[in-house]
Parts: sequence; C-alpha cells; structure tokens
Amino acid sequence: MHIDLRTVNIEPLRQTFDHIAARIGSDKPASRYIEGTMDVQAAANFHYRPTWDPEHEIFDATRTAITMKDWYALKDPRQFYYGAYTASRARMQETAEADFEFVETRGLADSYDEAARRAALDFYIPLRHVAWGANMNGASMCAYGFGTAITQPCLYQGMDQLGVAQYLTRMGLVLGDEAEVQAAKKAWMDQPQWQELRRYVEDTLVIKDWFEMFVAQHAALDAMLFGLAYTEVDQALNAKAGPTVSLMTRFPTELFEDSSKWVDACLRVAAAENPQNKAQLQEWLAHWRGRALTALQPLASMALGLDADAALARVAARLDTRLAKAGLLA
Amino acid sequence: MSNVFIAFQRNEETRCIVDAILADNPQAVVNLQPAMVKIDAPDTMVIRRSTVEEQIGRPFNLQELHINLITLTGHINETDDEFTLSWKH
Repeated sequence: MHIDLRTVNIEPLRQTFDHIAARIGSDKPASRYIEGTMDVQAAANFHYRPTWDPEHEIFDATRTAITMKDWYALKDPRQFYYGAYTASRARMQETAEADFEFVETRGLADSYDEAARRAALDFYIPLRHVAWGANMNGASMCAYGFGTAITQPCLYQGMDQLGVAQYLTRMGLVLGDEAEVQAAKKAWMDQPQWQELRRYVEDTLVIKDWFEMFVAQHAALDAMLFGLAYTEVDQALNAKAGPTVSLMTRFPTELFEDSSKWVDACLRVAAAENPQNKAQLQEWLAHWRGRALTALQPLASMALGLDADAALARVAARLDTRLAKAGLLA
Repeated sequence: MSNVFIAFQRNEETRCIVDAILADNPQAVVNLQPAMVKIDAPDTMVIRRSTVEEQIGRPFNLQELHINLITLTGHINETDDEFTLSWKH
C-alpha cells in the first residue's frame, strides 16, 4: 500500500477577535498584549451613577482634563499584560534576591563603612513611605482612569512601588535593625528635611484629576527622586564606601529605567493629541516639578552636602531631555 | 539575483521578529506555513536589533534569534546591532 504524507495548511477563519480586527485589520494575528488590552474597559450600558460621584458614570473618560479621541492610543511600549508583566518582574526579583544574598553571605553589610551606613539609612529608609504613597496613587489612577491601555500599567507601576518599599525596608534591616526602620518612620513624620516631601506625597494622594496625578507622581516626583536617589546619591556612596548599597537598590534602579519608557510614551502621545492637552500637561509639569525640586532640596543637601545643587541640576537636566523628547518643552 | 531566506517557528516571539524584518526589508515576502514562517528577500535581508526591540517592547539580543530559528540561506554578517543575510562575500 502506498501512503502519501502531505502537509495541509488550514487557514483559520479568524485571526483574532472582531474588535481587535477592527483596529489592526483582519488579515494578521494580534499579539497577546493587544488582545488583552484593547477595548477591555467597559464603556457602555452602565446602570446607576455612583452615589459618591453622580457627575460621572462609574467608568468615565471625563474624570480628567486630558482628552483623547482614542484612549487606547496610550499604549505601553513594554507591552505588559499580566503574563508578560509578572514574568518580567520575576526576573528582576530573582536578580535582586541574588544581590541581597550576595551582600549577606559575604558580610558586606557588616564591613560597610560606618559613616556611609548612617548616610544610607538616613536617606533611603524613609523613602519607603514615599513608595507606599506611589502605590496608593497607582491604584487610584487605575481606579479612576479610563482605558485599559493606561489603567493596566498604572496598577503594575503601583505594585512595583510596593516592591520598592519592601526592598528599602529590607535594606534597612540588613544595614541596621528594626529600630532603624522605626527611626526612619519617625524621621519621615517629624524631621524638618522630610516634611516638604511628605507634604508632596500627601497632596498627590488627594489629586482628583487622575492624569494630573500621573504627571505629579511619575513625570515629576519619580523622575527627580529616582534620579537623585539611585543615580546621584548611589554614586556618591559608591565613591565613599563601595557598591554595597548599589547591590541592594538594584530593583528601583532597573524599575526606573523600565518605567520611564512607558511614562515618556504616554506623555508624548497625550501631548501630541491636541494643543489643549499639551498646555495642560505643561501647566501640571511646571507646578509639580517645581514642588518636587523644593521637596528634594533639603534631602539632597543631607545626603550630598555641597554637591547637592550640582546633583539636582543634573537630575533636572535628565528630566528635561526626556520631556523634550516627549514634545513637552517649548 | 537570488533570494536569501530565514525560517522561524511561529509563535508570539517570532511574530515581533517577523514584523521587524518586514519593516526593515520592504522587498521581503512572508510565507506562513503550519508552525513555521519563512521570509524570502531578494539578495539581502537585514534584521536590526533596534527594530526588533521596538516591536517586542524589551531589550533583545540578536543571539535570541537562534531559539526559534529553523533554517536560513545566505552568508551571515553579524554584529551586535545587525544580522545580515546576503550572497556577498
């Protein structure tokens, strides 16, 4: 008997869902990110308006002054949907854990320079409260924002900030002990150099316009704070006492690099949408950026002494470069 | 004029690579087969790291091509940023 083997190519009748095909064309398959993101947000057939905000529907695009013809234009260049996000963060966590283990097994914390240890504890550990504020804000942007393309990564970023808070706490426990972490909380509540930053964080918690919150949190505060803490102060400590702290702050450093791509892309798209958006974003940026600079000034002086002004100028210049690329300068 | 080609397994990752190849090589022709995608291009084909990174949304090392690579023809010229197939020596 003769058997003839041949390949039969069966073309699927549909490459993707109809609502995705309407966006990208029906002739090609969509990525999982696109399928898990586009038009997922409920947008019609709402029932009662929420009693806590009868001006708006429960999901409402008009909770911000920013307007978009299509809210799904605010895509995440990292293409994070739940699966890709958790896989990426699992990799980062694995590296961070290995770094902590390295510090602990080699006794790097015990042999760390005493003055540098004091400086690191005083500067970094209270920042866990800033990160907690950012976590709350991430959840808030996700709750009141519109369009899964932007609300999804807002929540991821909020969770990442919780990770930052946890790693900072852990650094406090490695370099010091529980009393040090308590002392950092006290410093955050009482010491004058922290109060302007604390006021900033508390004021962002009650911003009504979620896109303003996005600007205040990601574009103004995080850009300046992460730049100062994980580049400038980090380098100063490295020069004085070696890279022990760098090893333990690896997660926030990598997170900053990663999330900046997303923040910049959102700002660029929103600013390019219409001139009103651009003007509104610039107004928010001018306000919050100025406040962030004021809030970070005393902390930079505490950590860097006479180099503080030069360091903050470098941080601001790096932010300017990002904003210029996003079309928000001039 | 003769073609060069490259063939990958068809999956989530290679779709981005294929999109990148098509963006950088206007002459390239895709041939979708069961579980495999083959791309033909006249004379030369270039795969650029930057374009793949744009499509895939994360840093990409061109060596990662080999994970999904089935076969290829042409002489390879490879740098950190570009992977080029051609018949030039």
